[in-house]
Amino acid sequence: MIIYTYDNTFDGLLSCIFFAYETKKFPCMILSESEQKPLFADEQYRIITEKEKSVRVWHSLEKKLSGTARNMMLHVWLSELPETEMLLFRYIRKNIDHPKGIELNFGDKDVLRVKEIAQKVGTESHRLVEFIRFQFTADGLWFAPVTPRYNVLSLIVPHFRSRYADQPWIIYDTARNTGIYYDTHTVEQISFSPGDLAELRTGSLTHEQLSDEEALFQQMWKEYFRSITIKERLNLKLQRQHMPQRYWKYLTELQS
Amino acid sequence: MNEKTLEKLSILADAAKYDVSCASSGTSRGNVKGGIGTAQGWGICHSFTPDGRCISLFKILLTNHCIYDCAYCSNRRSNDVKRTAFTADELAQLTIAFYRRNYIEGLFLSSGVMRNPDYTMEQMIRVVKLLREVYRFNGYIHMKSIPGASNELVTQAGRYADRMSVNLEIPSEENLKLLAPEKNFADVFAPMRFIQQGMLESAEDRKKFRAAPRFVPAGQSTQLIIGATPDTDRQILTLASALYQRPSFKRVYYSGYIPVNRNDNRLPAIAAPPLVRENRLYQADWLMRFYDFKASEIVDEAHPDLDLDIDPKMGWALRHPEFFPVDVNEAPYEMILRVPGIGVKSAKMIVVSRRYGRLNATQLKKIGVVMKRAQYFIACRELPMQTVNELTPQYVRRQVSQKQKKQVADLLQFSIDWGE
Repeated sequence: MIIYTYDNTFDGLLSCIFFAYETKKFPCMILSESEQKPLFADEQYRIITEKEKSVRVWHSLEKKLSGTARNMMLHVWLSELPETEMLLFRYIRKNIDHPKGIELNFGDKDVLRVKEIAQKVGTESHRLVEFIRFQFTADGLWFAPVTPRYNVLSLIVPHFRSRYADQPWIIYDTARNTGIYYDTHTVEQISFSPGDLAELRTGSLTHEQLSDEEALFQQMWKEYFRSITIKERLNLKLQRQHMPQRYWKYLTELQS
Repeated sequence: MNEKTLEKLSILADAAKYDVSCASSGTSRGNVKGGIGTAQGWGICHSFTPDGRCISLFKILLTNHCIYDCAYCSNRRSNDVKRTAFTADELAQLTIAFYRRNYIEGLFLSSGVMRNPDYTMEQMIRVVKLLREVYRFNGYIHMKSIPGASNELVTQAGRYADRMSVNLEIPSEENLKLLAPEKNFADVFAPMRFIQQGMLESAEDRKKFRAAPRFVPAGQSTQLIIGATPDTDRQILTLASALYQRPSFKRVYYSGYIPVNRNDNRLPAIAAPPLVRENRLYQADWLMRFYDFKASEIVDEAHPDLDLDIDPKMGWALRHPEFFPVDVNEAPYEMILRVPGIGVKSAKMIVVSRRYGRLNATQLKKIGVVMKRAQYFIACRELPMQTVNELTPQYVRRQVSQKQKKQVADLLQFSIDWGE
């Protein structure tokens, strides 16, 4: 059994591809350096990430794959699922080995799986766009805590940046303890101290942290939500299907 | 903004809730410097109410005062309900406040008719004008055009709105006359025509000048109430398909009738809104828009109403067993699209994937084909399956009928306490 270890970056994964084709030793497993290695590994290689090699691999993929397919690969990468490395490795390998690439062969299980995961990640980022709720704080910031299933914050920045260009906002991933702060000019990544984080995980900000008008508008939104419901058509299953319960924690209209 | 606004909001949202349309799709627009908001080409829903419907736009009436007395409407003149109205500035402020919190995609402005259609239209235009020009709001605006409003006002409104709609409400003119004696089809169709004219003119102008103003870029829509009148599905779908022939028409919405005025004997007394029928009509609508079905194929003289137990595509397939089996590895895209259980996405994936090798049943299932329904209508690589021709349409019908499943689902549906 051949095992690769790498530094857990996308460039690192592409370097693995380069190494595999160079040495003709194709791995059964790709692990990050900190992960537990299996006992019976015949050969183990530590792959050094080299930018120029990963760029070469990416360029060769650009020749064979459409933008959609490359985008799907990046989405799969952001899923952070344990199967990611080997799935992408097999996907890239199949595309390199086939004279024209196989991105449209949905009869192939890896192609289909890449599409599936990419779709899930895409859906998750779309849901964030839908269900993020900003609260206007006393210090003039628009704040939204979130806990997405996949690491999709980077995918939604362009949307919020252009939509709310004139309001400074923070979107904060409380599970991964990382957030994005936009100051009306640039975006930057931020992290809170563990103490502040514990408080954030409860969902809503305290009364003192919010601006004066915030409570009123939240109340109005709740009232609107209540009034617009047609009681004769009640369908809670459908509601949960479109808006799964794991998002409810941060939804203003569903707080009592 | 105070308690009074809150009360107005409650009354006017409640009065607006029977309008089904909430789409925020069809326009793509970036932000402008100093402005707020964007419009995405695809729609974004921001919440879902306990009835399972989405909230995408802030759907609200400007006022619930109304000079008309339409039998099916909760805001009719003869109803004793609390009447109120927003000022233009209140509504604009609320929209912006909701928008900034990512509650909504934009505004859906409708209204009861005050004084006359033109006066009402003018008041509505004030709101959207304020939003666009003073608040520099770039988000989505859907505006109702009041039946009977003049061409000038519709044209003015179209400059600010992304989508406009005029509700037909009742599918046939004689029944409209019965339920809403003060309205007629001509008044409804006139603004539809104005909107279309404006759109076509603007499209023509924009070919010459890139900066020419856009006019209702997301097109128009309308709504039909289902089950308030004895109109058949055939009448409804024929009307809808005629509307879709028009270049500006994007959507027809179907709204299952909810008895809001219980003591009116012109209306049927029904226990629950016809939700299944509504669902079947939407399915038929999708068949017309995305599956290249004609209204006459879905419903005809022998079958004027849709079958409530099976979906309309299945209904068509069972009436036409001679069309099947379709070989998914050989047949053209249009034929694959006609197979029950295969949707647009699966059909497209089948067509591109089969170039790499013949597909089998397991792969089809993985791709997303619903084999429970499709199995009777397809031939693929392996087993010669039993198709609808060997098993007879009656047998297949029993297998796929949703009647039994529905009864169980009804039992599982529980109720909620509204605290009223």
